[in-house]
Amino acid sequence: MFTPATEAILIPLIPFLLFGIIGLAGRRLPEIFSAFLGIGGILASLLFSLHLSVSYFSEPVQGAFVLKEFFSFPWLNFSENLKISIGLVADPISMLMVVVICSVSLMVQWFSLTYMKGEERFQMYYAFLSLFTGSMLGLVLSSNIFQMYIFWELVGVSSFLLIGFYFQKPSAVAASKKAFIVTRFADLGFLIGILLLSYETQTMEFKGILDYFKSGNFNPEVSGIWMSHSLAAWALVLIFVGAAGKSAMFPLHIWLPDAMEGPTPVSALIHAATMVVAGVFLVGRLFPVYSLFEGVMQLITWIGVLSSILAAIIAISQTDIKRVLAYSTLSQIGYMMFALGVAGKAGAEAGFTASFFHLFTHAFFKSLLFLAAGAIIHAVHSNEVENMGGLRKQMPIVHWLFLIGCLAISGVPPFSGFFSKEEILLNAWKSQPLVYGFALIGSGLTAFYMFRLFFLIFYNKSHSDVHGHESMGLNFPMLLLAIPAVFAGFVPFSSYVTSTGLPEETHLHLMFSIAPVGVGLLGIGLAYLFYFKQNSLPEQWASKLSGLYKLSSGKFYFDELWRAVYQVALIRALATPAAWIDKNLVDGGLRMGAEKTLRLGDRVKLIQNGKLQDYVLYFLMGILALILLTLLMIQS
Amino acid sequence: MNQELLTPLLILSAFLFFTGVYGFVTRRNMISMLMSAELMLNSANINFVAFNKFLYPGKLDGMFFTLFIITIAAAEAALAIAIIIHVYRQTKSIDVKDADQLI
Repeated sequence: MFTPATEAILIPLIPFLLFGIIGLAGRRLPEIFSAFLGIGGILASLLFSLHLSVSYFSEPVQGAFVLKEFFSFPWLNFSENLKISIGLVADPISMLMVVVICSVSLMVQWFSLTYMKGEERFQMYYAFLSLFTGSMLGLVLSSNIFQMYIFWELVGVSSFLLIGFYFQKPSAVAASKKAFIVTRFADLGFLIGILLLSYETQTMEFKGILDYFKSGNFNPEVSGIWMSHSLAAWALVLIFVGAAGKSAMFPLHIWLPDAMEGPTPVSALIHAATMVVAGVFLVGRLFPVYSLFEGVMQLITWIGVLSSILAAIIAISQTDIKRVLAYSTLSQIGYMMFALGVAGKAGAEAGFTASFFHLFTHAFFKSLLFLAAGAIIHAVHSNEVENMGGLRKQMPIVHWLFLIGCLAISGVPPFSGFFSKEEILLNAWKSQPLVYGFALIGSGLTAFYMFRLFFLIFYNKSHSDVHGHESMGLNFPMLLLAIPAVFAGFVPFSSYVTSTGLPEETHLHLMFSIAPVGVGLLGIGLAYLFYFKQNSLPEQWASKLSGLYKLSSGKFYFDELWRAVYQVALIRALATPAAWIDKNLVDGGLRMGAEKTLRLGDRVKLIQNGKLQDYVLYFLMGILALILLTLLMIQS
Repeated sequence: MNQELLTPLLILSAFLFFTGVYGFVTRRNMISMLMSAELMLNSANINFVAFNKFLYPGKLDGMFFTLFIITIAAAEAALAIAIIIHVYRQTKSIDVKDADQLI
């Protein structure tokens, strides 16, 4: 019916059009109608993307899945070497992403139907969701890095709009600004990286960039070496800075926990399943290039490890359920990042597969967890765990769904998270045992803080004084998400997504999984001891490990650190002198000029007084002066 | 041709011209100013005629200019008097000091 190219255009175009329609019509559209427009549009996109990816994966080129360009036409021709085109491409990871984005977005929009009911600006909420979905789909399908950058900024804008959706709340406004500014700051690095990389490769097309490095033309000496690394390496580091900003890697993670000020379904869609993994996607897109640079891969690995461990430690002491989930998202994205990082080593190439496998499963179980948290918040009207406890009686279905999510993220077989995390750990072991050690600790911590949250919400107190209730409108999309959260692990992922594009076989090593699963179960057991029933164990251990506890609940003081940095670096060193110059030199100069002109005008206007005879006198004086001048010139 | 008559004529015309200038600048009455302007124009006429007569006797250019100037002076006088009447209607005076606004 449709050619693949048409389908590829329609997938991002439908949400964009709906953004225009719903956004322009605004309140004139009945609430339910705008919601159904949004949901119907994303359903159409989902069907197209399923069809497109099935047809893509059924037609490998010589047994491999390669980057396939649907179309590309020139857009901006700056010079012979700097051309920017617009186009759409398909490769395994973008096909994976469109399906994930569309399905999670569909569930989230469905969930929002009940969750956001009666909300003022309900229509705008759906318009923004459509804008986000369209930009994210555009991002993953972009054929060149500059087009990707445009969509990259568009998802940033829609994230900003949705975090600040409750703009009457000052904290939401602050959070939206923080998210936007921090990611913009990182995107500056991304932009410079793009320019450097395109200077090196003379093209912006992904295909061209990959071919350039594959062909062996690359010679680090040609474009120069700076601090013993080549220009291309620096470009990749800068691009990774952009990716780290979007994916909230340490130390640029500070915006993500605050972004939880937005509506909870938004957190599920943007800040768990799709936008925050854009950084992983970007590194994955350029993976063949990244894998040539050992140092950059090491950087990615250790940033990922650091993020996953620190975020897991912070998550233990947080009391806001959405913040715990936000930190666990950070931690899981850290896993994806270092899985990409370790994949640079020979023998551990399957880390690439593992990373995207984890991205795939994480999208489902984490959005399930977020939506469940949303359902709980909807019932309890609070984010704090103290106000919950004993909720399993009021919300039995949400209880089971949350348990599924927790088991999946803790890596308990046979839930989806087990398979992907297993793969990551295996490749970390093959590449760097030290990374494996950290990852193992991280997965124990993950199990502990997730079950701490689970027990604090649903058990702990024997009876709760809140009158929570469930609603089918909220439960149904969650039930649908729970299906992939349980079974997504059985997808033969490595036969579709690999770093080379060639299908591979992976086997589960049962002996290997003893340690991770054991650590996970240990975490769950500890959480059971500490939090299943109210007791004094948490307080005792908190005072025993008071130093660590303070670090954790203070979020390692990263916010304070950044505040200090920007107070010294930006305000004191840059903004204050700049303000002084602006106030005294620029403004002062202008003001002086204006005053002098005014004075001069005061004097000059006396000449033009309307007295005819004065004019005649001036005229005569002028003539006399001219005559004198002429006489003098004739004389000399 | 007797060139000696030229200098007295030029002196006469200069005298007339500066009388006109003096009158134009000092007189407040607009009619007097108009008359002073006529004096200046006529001093120029004398110059034209004198130069034509003594320097280019075979030609008539200076005479033509004089005729034109007389015509223009007449037209200008009519226009000036019309303006003066208009100013008088507005300000009830023909003093140039009272006519310092572009009404």
